[in-house]
Parts: sequence; C-alpha cells; structure tokens
Amino acid sequence: MAKTLENYFNDLRRTRLWRSVFRSGWGTSTLHRSLAIQQNVFLHLFSTKSRKRMMSFSATWYLGTLTFGTFLILIITGILLMLYYHPSVPQAYADTKDLQFVVSSGMFLRNLHRWAAHAMVFLVFAHMFKVFYRGAYRPPREFNWVIGVVLLLITLLLSYTGYLLPWDQLAYWAITVGSNIALAVPVLGEKIHFLLLGGNAVNANALLRFYVLHCVILPLAAVVLIAVHFWRIRKDGGLYSHASEPRTIAQQLATANVEAAKPEAK
Amino acid sequence: MSDDKDFVTGIDSNAKKTPRRVAFITRRTSAQVKVTDEEQVQSYPELLFRVAVAIEVLLIALVVTALLFNAPLEGLADPSHTPNPAKAPWYFLGLQELLHYFPPMVAGVLVPGLVVMALIVIPYFNINIEADGLFLRDRKLRVGIFAAVSIGLTLFLLLFHVYVALAGTLLMVAVMTFAAYSSPQSPSKFRRYLASKPLSFWIMTWFLVELVVLTAIGTFFRGPGWEWVWPWQSY
Repeated sequence: MAKTLENYFNDLRRTRLWRSVFRSGWGTSTLHRSLAIQQNVFLHLFSTKSRKRMMSFSATWYLGTLTFGTFLILIITGILLMLYYHPSVPQAYADTKDLQFVVSSGMFLRNLHRWAAHAMVFLVFAHMFKVFYRGAYRPPREFNWVIGVVLLLITLLLSYTGYLLPWDQLAYWAITVGSNIALAVPVLGEKIHFLLLGGNAVNANALLRFYVLHCVILPLAAVVLIAVHFWRIRKDGGLYSHASEPRTIAQQLATANVEAAKPEAK
Repeated sequence: MSDDKDFVTGIDSNAKKTPRRVAFITRRTSAQVKVTDEEQVQSYPELLFRVAVAIEVLLIALVVTALLFNAPLEGLADPSHTPNPAKAPWYFLGLQELLHYFPPMVAGVLVPGLVVMALIVIPYFNINIEADGLFLRDRKLRVGIFAAVSIGLTLFLLLFHVYVALAGTLLMVAVMTFAAYSSPQSPSKFRRYLASKPLSFWIMTWFLVELVVLTAIGTFFRGPGWEWVWPWQSY
C-alpha cells in the first residue's frame, strides 16, 4: 500500500525530536486530546473541554476570536512595516511614501495594517456589546469584564498612536485635535499634554513617543492582558451560557419537579 | 414513612448517555447543583478548528479589502496649515461631535471618564442579575421616574442645541414607552421581549444608539467649520 501523507505525519510524530518538543505524545483518544491543550504553554490558557452549545455561531458570533485575529494580523504586518520606517521628521513621511510606491507590496502591507486596525476597533466594541447583552459579565466573571474594558482602552490608544506615524496632514491634525482634549483636564491638563507629546505641540518628540507607545509599550500590555483575559475564561467556568448557569438550572429544577417532591416549608 | 420529605429527586432522561442516578440530598447538607450533564466537546480539535476557520475567513476578507482600497495618505504634516475640518479618527468623532456642543472639560474629560467608570462598575452593582423587566414592579413609581428623566434629558439637550443626540434619545423614549405599556402576557413576541428588559439593558442600548448616531454624524455630516453637510456634498 502506498504511503499517504498522513502516514508520513504519523512517522514524524513518533520521532524522538518531535516527542521532545511536544511532550503529550500523539493520538486521537480523549486523553491525548486533553493533553494537547494542557501540555502546551499557549493552549493551556483554554479549557480542555468546551460546551457544545457555545460552538454555534449565534452564541458569540466569534467576536472575541475575530478581535484576536485582527490583533495577530496587526502584529505581523506591524513588524514588517517597522522594517521600512524611521520615527523621525520628516523621514517618517518619506518612508510612508516609499511604502506606497517603492517597497514591494508595501502598499498592500500598509493597507492591510490600516484596515485591520479599523476592524479591530469595531470588533472590540461589537464584542463588548455582545457580552453585555448576553449577560456574560455576571459573577464570577466581573473581573474579566474589567480586563476587557482596559483592553478596549488599549485598543483605542494603539489605534490613536498609530494614526500619527505616517506624519501626513491627516495624522498631524487628528493627533493635534485629540491631544488638545488633554489640556481640558483640571489642574494636571498641561502636564499630561506635555508628558504625552514630549513638548507643547505635536513635533518630532511626539512622533518618537507615539512610536514607542505604539510598537512596544501598548502591544506588550495588550499581550499580557489578552493572556489573562483568555485564562480567566477557563478559570471562571468557560464561556458564559445562560442555560448552564447554576441559577437557571435551580429555577428549572424548581419548576420541573412535581409538588410532592418539593420539601415542605416549615 | 412520613410525608415530610427532606430531599428532591432528579433523573437524567438520556439513559443511553448517563446511567440512571437518583440523588438524595438532605436539607442539612445544602447541596447545590453545580455541574450538569451538558454536552461538551474536546477543545482540541473542535474549538481550535473553528477558531482557525474564523480567523482565516477574517484574513481573507481583510486581504480583499486591502487589495481593493488604499489607505489614505495626504501631504506632509504642516503645522502652519490647518485643514478644515480637522477630524479625529472615526471612533473619536462621536466625542468630537460632543466637543462641538460642550466645553472640552465636559465633552472631552467628564463624559468619557464617566462612560469608562460606568462600564467598569457594571458587574459590581448586581446590574441585570435579576433581569426583571423595568416596568414590571412598582410600575406607577417607575413610569413617573422614567417620564421625569426623559423630560429632563430632553430639556437639557434642547438647551445646548444637541439636536442629533436628542433624536436618538427620543427614539429610545418612544421604544421604552412602548415597553412600559407591554406586558409579559402580550400575544406579540416583540412586546413580551420589550417588557422583560431591565434598566441596565435600556441604559446600555441608549448609549449604543447615541454612540452610533454621534459617530455617524461626525463622520458623514460634518464639513468645514463643523457645519452640517450632506454626505454627497463635496467641500
């Protein structure tokens, strides 16, 4: 019998090298499939089993998943864009022009990064409203909701800091309009404005600060909080499903039981 | 045997999946049902496969978009030349629209600060936990408060000429009034749905409506000097 592609994969999985990397071994048994999640540092954030009813599209619309997907796309395209970009004035603008007209697929790269960023902001909002309307923030998931709100703010800041980087008129004035709002903060307004921009107006210092925030500080914060956000789903008992809540089940039991089975009140 | 039973019996109906069990729970142990026999699947591969497909579909959609539409790039930043209008990114245009009506202290600091605070405290105030319809209990009192708040908010928005936010508010007032005069026994499914919605639902929906309205107005209907323009007008 001819060897199929699957046979080759199976052989590969039995090699010493493969087994040194993936400790769980390989198989289709429930144990092996559980170990595949448990023994992987990234996947162990998730539970080994999930409720079947939460797999359906209508349960969550996969909004959290899709938001994470845009984040992955943004990281990959963002790193590639960094290879062609200097955060200095006016070089930043020239680099953006080069991305449009000189770099191979530079235009596509920048387009993908830009549209994915818009999609991420939209999806984060959609995810938040869907979670609210499902009631999925209820105890014990309160803190995960709070982490989600912080992640929303980080997403907005990521998008806002990235907006300045092309250093064109659109970027410059959008950031000027936005950062002027900081001036309205009582007492500390001017200090915050100065801290944010590294000066009293949007200039080369502001570009450098926004670059560091956009490429290092905010993505790192996002990665850490996303990890906690995912891990808490498992710790808080999986994705919230109204029909699986102890409260709902207790109510169903109370109404389903025949009268005689109920303990009499004293 | 006495009639005074201090236990309940429960049977899972699917005998093929679960052997029949009868649980005797005395009142003193105060056992609580924490786990049901809900159908579960292995996250690997069931969940991971679906996640991968969802992200792939997203990637395809974004790649097609990136191939068809170019990201905007204007001239080199020029501090001496202010474009008119100078617009923030679209997700801040709701705020920028508010800045048109209120001082920056209110629209730029107070409102967003309160919104973030409100979002954070949602799960800590037992909001929506009972999920009782807003107008089902203390009806008279609650309808009175609702009417007072609606009139107050309307007058406030009129005073500051925030007609766009007023439109969204009046829409919500209309729907909520309809909800107040619907009952859980109504033959209409939609009216039963409205009647069952709690206060938090209405506040969040009002916030969503205003967010969409203000963002849309700021994006499509504002031109030079933040004057009203139609989306098809060029300026």
